[in-house]
Order: sequence, then structure tokens, then C-alpha cells
Amino acid sequence: MFSYYLDLAVRSLKRSPGLTALMVLAIGFGVAASMTTWSVFRAVSGDPIPWKSSKLFVPQIDVWGPQGRSSDGEPPNAMAYPDAMVLMRDHRAKLQSAMYQISPSVVPAQAGRHPLNVSGHAVYSEFFPMLDVPFLYGSGWNASDDTQRTAVVVISSKLNQKLFAGANSVGKTLNIESKDYRVVGVLDNWNPQPRYYDVVNSGGFSATGEDVFLPFERAIEVGMSNDGNTNCNAVPAESGFVGLQHSNCVWIAYMAQLDDAAAVTAYRNYLDGYAHAQQQAGRFGWAVNNRLRDLPAFLDNQHVVPSDTKVSLLVAIGLLLVCLVNTVGLLLAKFLRRSGEIGVRRALGAPRSAIYAQFLTEAGIIGAAGGVLGLLLTGVGVACVGWVLPKSIATLARLDLPLLALTLLVAVVATLLAGLYPTSRAARVQPAWQLKSN
Amino acid sequence: MPHIKPILAALKRHKAGTILIALQIALTLAIVCNALFIIQQRVTRLSRPTGMDESNLVAIQNRWVGVTDAAAAGVLTRADVLALRQMPGVQDAVQVNAFPLRGGGWSTGVRVDVDGKKPIAHTTQYFMDEHALATMGVKLIAGRNFRADEVVTTDPDKIQTSPQAIVSKALADKLYPDGSALGKPIYLGDDRTPSTVIGVVERLQVPWGAAWTDDFAENSVILPVQLTGNFSTYLIRAKPGQQAELVKAAPAMLTKLNRLRVITGDRGVRTFEVVREQAYKSDRGLAILMGVICLILLAITAAGIVGLTSFWVGQRRKQIGVRRALGATKHDILSYFLTENLMIGIAGVVIGALMAVGLNLWMVTQFEMARLSMAYVAAGVIALLLLGQAAVLAPAMRAAKVPPVEATRSV
Repeated sequence: MFSYYLDLAVRSLKRSPGLTALMVLAIGFGVAASMTTWSVFRAVSGDPIPWKSSKLFVPQIDVWGPQGRSSDGEPPNAMAYPDAMVLMRDHRAKLQSAMYQISPSVVPAQAGRHPLNVSGHAVYSEFFPMLDVPFLYGSGWNASDDTQRTAVVVISSKLNQKLFAGANSVGKTLNIESKDYRVVGVLDNWNPQPRYYDVVNSGGFSATGEDVFLPFERAIEVGMSNDGNTNCNAVPAESGFVGLQHSNCVWIAYMAQLDDAAAVTAYRNYLDGYAHAQQQAGRFGWAVNNRLRDLPAFLDNQHVVPSDTKVSLLVAIGLLLVCLVNTVGLLLAKFLRRSGEIGVRRALGAPRSAIYAQFLTEAGIIGAAGGVLGLLLTGVGVACVGWVLPKSIATLARLDLPLLALTLLVAVVATLLAGLYPTSRAARVQPAWQLKSN
Repeated sequence: MPHIKPILAALKRHKAGTILIALQIALTLAIVCNALFIIQQRVTRLSRPTGMDESNLVAIQNRWVGVTDAAAAGVLTRADVLALRQMPGVQDAVQVNAFPLRGGGWSTGVRVDVDGKKPIAHTTQYFMDEHALATMGVKLIAGRNFRADEVVTTDPDKIQTSPQAIVSKALADKLYPDGSALGKPIYLGDDRTPSTVIGVVERLQVPWGAAWTDDFAENSVILPVQLTGNFSTYLIRAKPGQQAELVKAAPAMLTKLNRLRVITGDRGVRTFEVVREQAYKSDRGLAILMGVICLILLAITAAGIVGLTSFWVGQRRKQIGVRRALGATKHDILSYFLTENLMIGIAGVVIGALMAVGLNLWMVTQFEMARLSMAYVAAGVIALLLLGQAAVLAPAMRAAKVPPVEATRSV
């Protein structure tokens, strides 16, 4: 029976090619616009570490008091050095790391090659297991390297390719800021987006990955300056990088892994206890105002998804909606024009369900055709996002199988929904009326 | 003007089609108004002038390698600047901590009263020497430029208050609304000693183009300071027609001067055209996207009206024939369909205008967007009514051509 309806539908669509083309175009453009903007939205709003994000927490300590808070009463989104060091020393979470952004120069060992500028982070050893960072060769360093400030480095596979031609470079030496570091690990391809461990500095997204990770205290000791944001509520009393470390300026990102609700509560109490102690010591002259958000909540709080992306998606969905209303109107016209034919079929004994099946098949074919057109246009759209979006975001939008499947599904389901009302009107056609008036 | 009553009576028999067209017009209006408004806001932002003569500027970001002493790096940087100024094809050059639209710079609060608690305005700080105005091509409208002997070279961590400052007119007017800023003191950050305004420039934008700087977009202070340190940024003004040449020649000359440096990456060497494009990329992108969506929307709505009206004309051929046989002119039939469309259109735009305002109000709460200006709603209403009339014209003319003899034929 279905093949018969297919045949009927194709014949009917051929009879009015203009109207059919119009409906297919409308569905195609509507779906393509929605899917292209969706691919961008999906890329920027995805959970960068879905298996673990609910266990990763970002503590915030109100080091500035009421004067330094933003209008919504939020404490600073980064940490001052003294607080970060106490939190690291107390070590109350299962895994934790303070970190700051660095941008050292690397001098290749081969003579005659120009020095490179690389970016990276100074982190603690627990950074790697906490974030399940994948290694191609070697591993991270251990806790004793943290405290002994060992000159070790973890490099990206890209830098490894550039400097060591992709070979296992563990144990080799790398000249960073004129000092020698021993390579202990080479990362597998790792550039999570958003760069969730430090969204404050990356703004969330960055087209190029990070190349080096050094022990935090080592970087501090050699005076490797902060390449990320530094926010101060007062000019530091002492000058230089050491002055920054003694100040209340915030420039350190912090992350802790807390496995269950009890651990979260305990950590929250610990943070509040710390703020109380600072109050008693006279450093904080205000009520405790800490935050401890899990990663998804923190990303949301930091508005990591650009609002432009949301606006684009909304407007594109609006376009799809208009296209569907348009399709409802055109299908209605198309179906009711065939009232005579429906009347004859009904009079010859076709039940209403047969009319439903026939016309929904027709709507489905239009949806499928629109979906195929939508697929092509989505391909074009995703290829073109580089023109209209910054590189860091445009490179994230990808055309993959789920997106293709979703495009077809949305097109067919939306058109079937649009076809429901016209079909129900067609099924209600009175056979007697039609036969008489002809 | 045909009578409205028979049109209403006819529309009642096509409730679903009428409602669908009106709904489509309403939704289109709501989306198009807001999209056009977004376009206008973004285009206004990205076409703001920086105040500089942008056409011949080249920016270079340099980083010293293996120089651990900030003062030593300062000496190398100074040598770079002097060498750049000597280059053929270079009109002038200056070392800067930041420049308009660079994306990254310094900002601070500014007071006019030493004991003032709250800053009066927010401003960016540019550290440049006496070549700043000539290089950037900024117009000095009052006072004087820095003198070479006023320029201080210092480590970024040891900056002292500069006795002299050149401010942008926007900032001058904010701090001293009576226009008397020249010669008056300003206090930057939590300085206790003042800087005296020695000059006012017509316009100078901050280093950022994003929305969060909108309320201090042209508040700038230039201080006669040259920062030392591992990074140095140069702004070079090419002689007319020499810019393309300089983009290659300047980094080559610098590398020849001293190899231990890095001039690479996204911000390594940029003409100002590129700087501007990068600064406003997402604004321009959103405007283009909204424009494309508007065009598709209007095209689909127009095509939908054509399609549905054509169907109605086909359905009513017999009635049209009867009317023609009873004496109606072609013009009567044409204006019947135009009026019918106008009535549906009016219903649609009334609902659409309400939806446009509602959608905007919701977006204001969600996305920190500005309030929709009513001029956009009005323009959208007129545009959609005209679009409807244009779309209905072809089917209506076909209707007008239906001969009276149609009345006598059975379908």
C-alpha cells in the first residue's frame, strides 16, 4: 500500500512542480539555517569532560570584599597567590591544582633555527590525573617534583613534532627561557574546548592548543611571568613578579576534584573556615562570600557560550518556524485542491486512515527532499562559518554523522507535523459534497 | 476601493489559510525587526572611527628571547624603534603598550579630585613617546604634544605618576564638562599625585572593540612613558603606497638587527586593516548571518503568499467569472485581491509588531541587548505590507484576466 501512496504522491508533486519546489526550498533553507547555527552552538556549549565534569569544582574566595564585587555580588573569578598556596598546602580535595598561564620562549637545539614562542600553563602534578589528560609518551611528573621544583616539562604532540620530529622525546632536554628542562611526557592530541581548566584567561575557546606544562612552583621560582589576566583592586605594595605574589591581585586559576556530596560539603566548610580565619586575622573585613561551583555551573556562570551564538540559533529556529507555517499553508492549498479526488476515494470505500496515510506520505516525501537539500546547504553553511565567526569558534563547528542524521530527522518530522493539519482537513472532506458539486 | 464586507465574508470561508498567512507575516515581522536592529547595532559599532589615520599603519608585536633583564630588553627595544624610524618607506614609528582595537591593553579608573572615592570615568592608558601623535595621525585639538625630555623609560612594575598627560576629547569632556580640561589635574587609578592635561586629541579609541567597552570606547589617556620588558609592540606609519612593502621589509630588518626575537603568531605583523577585521570579526559575522536569514525569511514569506493566493484564485475562477459577467471591471478584481491581502497583512503586522516588541524585551533580559527602537517596527510593518502587495500582484493580475465566460463553464 505504501508504494502505491508513494506513487500517488510523486504524481501529485509532479503536477505542481512550482509549489513543490517552493516547499522543498523552504524546508531546506529552514533546516539548514537551524542546523548550521546548531553545529556552532553544540560545539561551544558541549561538556568538555562529560565523564567527570560533575566532580570537578572551582573554588572562589572573596579576597576583595564588597567594593571589589561585581554588581551581582560575585567574588573574583580567579584566586590571589597567597590563598591558592594555602589551599594547595592544606590539600583537602582528592586531587587539585593551582595554575597560571605562561608564554615562555623555547630555543630549539638545532643550530640556526629561530626561537619559538609557546603558550602553556604552570600546574601541579595532580593536574594530569585530575583532568584525565591523555599521554602519547611518558606521563606527568610526581608530587616530589612539585615540591623540589624540578626542571621537568610536559609538551604537546605538536611541539614534539616540531622539535623532535614526533619521536619519543621523554628524557630529552628542552631549552625554555634559557634553562634546560627534561621532557617527562608528551601529550596525545589534547586541546579541550572550552579550555575548561582556565576559562578566565582563554575566554573559553582557543584555536591553538597549549604546548608546555611546567611545575607551578618551579615557574614561580624562576620568575616566569603570568601571561594571563591580572586583576587588582589596589596597586601591589611591592613591585615586580614577587610583589604580585604578595598582593591581593587575582591571577591564579584553581580546580579541585571532589568525588561525592560529603566531600563537597567538607570542602565548602573548609573554604568557609579559611575565610573565617582570614577574618579573624584581620585580612578580610567582610562576611564570608565564597563559591564552590561544579564545572558546568562555573562555565555557565562565566558565560562561556557567547550570547551571539544563542541569538543566532534562536533566530535560525525562528526561520524554521516560519518555513513550517509556510509549508502548512501550501500543503493545505495543495491537499484541498484535490477535494474531488478525495471524495471519489472516500465514496469508493477508502477509510479516513487511508487518506491520512496517503497525504502524510506526500508530506514525508517533501520533508525528505527538503532534508536532502538541507544537508547540502548545511554542508555549505558549516564550511562558511569561518567567514563569519572568529577562528577559535569556527574551527569547532563540524559536520559529523549525528549532525547529518539530525538534519534529515528534523526535516522529515517537522514536515510531517506541518502536514498533520492539512491532512486532517483532507480526511474530513465530505464525499457527497464533492460528488454533487462536480 | 472595493467593499470590505464581501472580502470579510470570503475570508471567513478560508479561515485556516487566512490565519496561516497572517501568522507567517507576524512571525516574519517579529524576527526581521529584531534581526535588522541587531544588524544596525553591530554595523554602528564596527564602523566607529578609531581617531587614527588607519590607511598606512602596520603593527608589529615582538618578543625578546633569552633576555632576562627588563632594562636590557628596554635598550634593545629602543634600538628597534630608532632603526624603524630610519627605514625607507617609514614616515614615523612608536613603541606602544597597546593601540586601538589591538585586543588587550591597560584600563583604570580616573578621578579629578585627589580624595574622590569613586572614579568619574573609566579610561585606557597608552604609554608612548613624543612620536605618538604623528605616527597614529591623531589630531591634537588643544594644548601641545610631549617633549622628548618628558618621556620616561621604566619597568612596567615601577611606573611612577607621569606629570603630563594627553587625553582624548571624550574623556576631557567627561572629567571637565565645562571644556576646561587643559592644564587641569587628573588622578589615574589610586594615584595621590596628579597628571596635568597638557593636550587634548580629537578622538582615540580604546584597545578593545567589544560591547563591554561601549561606555568608555573613546576614553583614552596617553602618558609619556616607554615600558621595558620582554614584549614590545611597534606601531609604524608607512609613507603613502609603501605599506605592503613594509609588511615584509620591517620584520626582516628587525630580525637582521637582532636574531634573538620572535615575531610570529596571529598578532605578529598586521596591517591595521587586519587589526580592524580581527577586532570586529564576530560583530560583522553576526550582522551577515542576520542579513542572510532576513533575506531568506522575506523570500519565503513572499513565495508563500504567491502560492496560497494563486490557489485561491484557481479555486474562485467561477465566482470571478460571475462577477465579471455581472459588470465588474478587471480593475475591480485586481483591487479585490490586493485589498484582501492588505487586510490579512494588517492583521499580521499588528500581531507581529507586538511579537517583535515582546521578543526584544525577552532578549533584553537574556542577552544584554538594547531596547528595540520603534522606527524599526514601523519600517518593518511598511516593508511587509509592501512585500505582501508585491507578492499578490501576479496572482491578482491572473485573476483579473479571467474572462466573464468562465461563469458559464462548469469546472
